[in-house]
Amino acid sequence: MNETEESSALERRALRARRDIIAMSGRGGCFLGAALSCVDLLVYLYSELLRVAPASAEDPDRDIFLMSKGHAVPALYAVLAERGFFPAELLERHLQVESGVYWHPNPSLPGVELQSGSLGHLLSVGMGLALDARLRGSPRQVYVLLGDGELNEGSIWEGLLVAAAHQLSNLVAIVDRNRLQANVPTEVLIPLEPLADKLAAFNWGVVSCDGHDFSSIGRAFAAAARESGRPSCVIANTVRGKGLPSLEGRTDGWFVNGHVPTLLAELERATQRAPRRSLPYVGEFEAGGPR
Amino acid sequence: MSYEETLHRIALEDPRVLVLTAENRAPVRGLPSRLGARFIDVGIAEQTLVGMAAGLALAGRVPVVHALAPFLTMRAFEFIRTDVGIGGLPVKLIGFIPGVLSDGNGPTHQSLEDIGLMRGIPGMQVFCPADADELTQALPALVAADGPCYVRYTTLARERDYQEPVLPGRAEVCARGQDVTLLAFGALLPCAEQARAKLEAQGLSVGLLNLRWLAPLDEAAIARVALESRALVSIEDHFTSSGLYPAVTEILHRRRIPTRVIPIGFERWFAAGRYQDVLEHAGLSGPRLAARVLAALEQKGS
Repeated sequence: MNETEESSALERRALRARRDIIAMSGRGGCFLGAALSCVDLLVYLYSELLRVAPASAEDPDRDIFLMSKGHAVPALYAVLAERGFFPAELLERHLQVESGVYWHPNPSLPGVELQSGSLGHLLSVGMGLALDARLRGSPRQVYVLLGDGELNEGSIWEGLLVAAAHQLSNLVAIVDRNRLQANVPTEVLIPLEPLADKLAAFNWGVVSCDGHDFSSIGRAFAAAARESGRPSCVIANTVRGKGLPSLEGRTDGWFVNGHVPTLLAELERATQRAPRRSLPYVGEFEAGGPR
Repeated sequence: MSYEETLHRIALEDPRVLVLTAENRAPVRGLPSRLGARFIDVGIAEQTLVGMAAGLALAGRVPVVHALAPFLTMRAFEFIRTDVGIGGLPVKLIGFIPGVLSDGNGPTHQSLEDIGLMRGIPGMQVFCPADADELTQALPALVAADGPCYVRYTTLARERDYQEPVLPGRAEVCARGQDVTLLAFGALLPCAEQARAKLEAQGLSVGLLNLRWLAPLDEAAIARVALESRALVSIEDHFTSSGLYPAVTEILHRRRIPTRVIPIGFERWFAAGRYQDVLEHAGLSGPRLAARVLAALEQKGS
């Protein structure tokens, strides 16, 4: 498969995942905007990068993905279902108590490594997993998805310091940089910029990408994999609610109990109009920083 | 054998065991050189300490985690409750200078809430050894257990011979008595023993239970002494609002045992100073305890 065919295969998966996410939002609501913001990253990770599959879900050397911004879990569930970890029919039972599918990750579902929901937790848990892998010489890589609003939590900055001190080069943090907290733009409430410089100053390798463009995402993770002697962070520039223009970038698009047929129709229209990336290209760069 | 020696021996026997600290090295000063990469110091970062320990435990390790008791159990509480507690991961939490052992540090360092907080996490064992000997006797089983535990660390020297071996979840019956039974644990056990001798000298029949585990509490032993004695005294270097006292009254209430329980413990943070002076000032030395128990027994109707 050439690069264009590969990208379009990923785009088909992402479209299917978006449909599943929207369907979940119609069954009692979910954090739709956050899920649509990071779903392309998850499609890329589970299709191209993570050495994990239903057959290897207990393998001690499998790669680990931790969703620290737990409220974006519909994206994880849609991708895990698509990858065959559990039947997609399970998602149709969203919020039915016996299904175990609720608003935050449930580790009793296949492929979900750990619960999350309280923000600021899984960077340090990922550090423990990465440290274990290094101690036993495992090829395991650990990826932790953080929200940009989640970066308000002090435990994240504590973890950034300690991960660099322990030179956890098998750890990759991913920031879903959609620039919106729950209710307010990040730069209005608690400004993060210059974020790449901050992370570089903590002695992390930093690379930015367009979090909705698979070739940009691919280049960013390739750059992260080239880091040695320190952890790396991929700042993925994203749009909350991506794929639904009526929701994109809206501060009130946090939790959505949607009318599924209307939203699905909107998704199809938006996809036809802009089959490739539709957001303004934000560019890529790698920040240096002290070694 | 010291705590450090015991932990070192456990780590040599069990390759899953790792020793972590948030720069609280006093209990494990010799281990960095002896354990190499299996000794991990995260610096003064208790939340990261516990989160990393949870990640290590997820990967099949058994992390033994050291920090000052108040910072471990309170600053990192939600990490313990969520990352360790929900999955019941085998993270072993060792809290330094708990309760009165913080002596001269003042209220910031007084861990008078830790037992209530840790008991509130389903599946968490809470072990409060009276001396270093009880601590090292229990340590292998605590580390080998499947779930998490919290230990109130102590270096106090052993002052007596045991009547009963140190077994998980089991209290030690030090003495039996019909008039009153003292329920004590940890650093206050020697004070309770002194108080018992003074009260016996005054003609009372006084029992003493060394509880050792605050979770699970030895319910059967507590119920038994409550039926044998006219009154119980709960003695704790912890807030009485969330520590031993409500735990004991709950047991008696549930079992419909009407025996009176006299609470002795803290309602506020205590005056800091030299250890013996702290005990005296707080009314927890042997003679002060004896006087408080006598005064309470003389009060009618409460």
